[in-house]
Amino acid sequence: MEKVISMERVYEQLKDGMTLMIGGFLTNGTPEGLIDCLIKRNVKDLTIICNDTGFPDRGIGKLIVNKQVKKVITSHIGTNPETGRQMNEGELEVLLVPQGTLVEQIRAAGAGLGGILTPTGIGTIVEEGKQKIEVKGKTYLLELPIKADIALIKGSIVDTKGNVWYNKSTRNFNPIMATAADIVIVEAEKIVEAGEIEGSNVVTPSVFVNYIVGGEVIGRF
Amino acid sequence: MEDFRQRIASRVAKELKDGDVVNLGIGMPTMVANYISEDIEVILQSENGFIGMGPIAKEDEIDKDLVNAGGVHVTARKGATFFDSATSFAIIRGGHVDITVLGALQVDEKGNLANWMIPGKRVPGMGGAMDLVVGAKKVIVSMEHTAKGKAKILKNCNLPLTAKGQVNLIVTEMGVMEVTDKGLLLKEIAPNISVEDVVNATEASLIISPNLKVME
Repeated sequence: MEKVISMERVYEQLKDGMTLMIGGFLTNGTPEGLIDCLIKRNVKDLTIICNDTGFPDRGIGKLIVNKQVKKVITSHIGTNPETGRQMNEGELEVLLVPQGTLVEQIRAAGAGLGGILTPTGIGTIVEEGKQKIEVKGKTYLLELPIKADIALIKGSIVDTKGNVWYNKSTRNFNPIMATAADIVIVEAEKIVEAGEIEGSNVVTPSVFVNYIVGGEVIGRF
Repeated sequence: MEDFRQRIASRVAKELKDGDVVNLGIGMPTMVANYISEDIEVILQSENGFIGMGPIAKEDEIDKDLVNAGGVHVTARKGATFFDSATSFAIIRGGHVDITVLGALQVDEKGNLANWMIPGKRVPGMGGAMDLVVGAKKVIVSMEHTAKGKAKILKNCNLPLTAKGQVNLIVTEMGVMEVTDKGLLLKEIAPNISVEDVVNATEASLIISPNLKVME
């Protein structure tokens, strides 16, 4: 099965109202080429699951500024004032989730679990409306799995089978999101032949990856 | 102001021991790294996914694939390792971080912390703070004692909490306070100020330690 596809093939799969996971942490390890594809396609009413909403001119921030997002599930919006503005104006729904909880909710979905129990958020507004479960005398919040239609991730080196290796801090949410969507598209900084990444060094096994696009090398971030 | 911040950061640094795994929050807590004694090795954890963080990268050291949790380009020490966010928060939530140092909007005498939102005004989000405060073995709040003259150390926080009852130590430019079962224990006081000065700048009740020391 040929997994390396053109941006045009990605373009065709993007639809209004989709739920997307997008990897990266303050745009480090964010697939900028795929975000540009979303902007070009101008799909609307997206639900985005991401660590943060980037900056107005970089990463997921560009989709917010372009008013393509209906709802965002994220841990931090402080670096993109436009997210806060749209939230306050009622144009954008923002669900803030503790970072460690968010990544575990995604992991749970990808791993076929019914949810996770975490002590994080107990005694805060994060616990509102959630089931509390006591285990061995300690109280936890039940946090439910989060899935997406498509996960857009960024890999430093990807082989033609879809095995992914991430350089340094670009890894962040990418390998976890790769497990939790119906379709996973990785934007590769570099594509190599199968076998060129030694099997023990692969971080995301090819089984999780549907498509590979060759992205440009992004500059400072 | 800058002098305040240096005093706080250098005092917090004295809490760190050889071999500690430490997470430093964005802003003033980051400055603590500049004051760590050269006689000890402290392992800095960055919640975006690595341990062994080094100083901020100089222009010729910038690696586009290496940033800290504030998105700033940093360096990595020998033996640094990188991992995904689930592993990063397993380290944090699982009790493998010895000390976390964070700023605060408010902290109270029960060890409650508010540092992630001011409703209707500023809502940046909690990021990793809620997990850090719940998971780290010791939570140190490092902040200026008051905000434009208004008390930040309160009987009860009135902003949305980051976590309940998790703070262990508060370090400000005025002193060092430990959260105990009986309330806040003032253990150290800055040079050239009186206990009364600290009490007047604090809404919470302070228990004055019989061994009150001068803050170094």
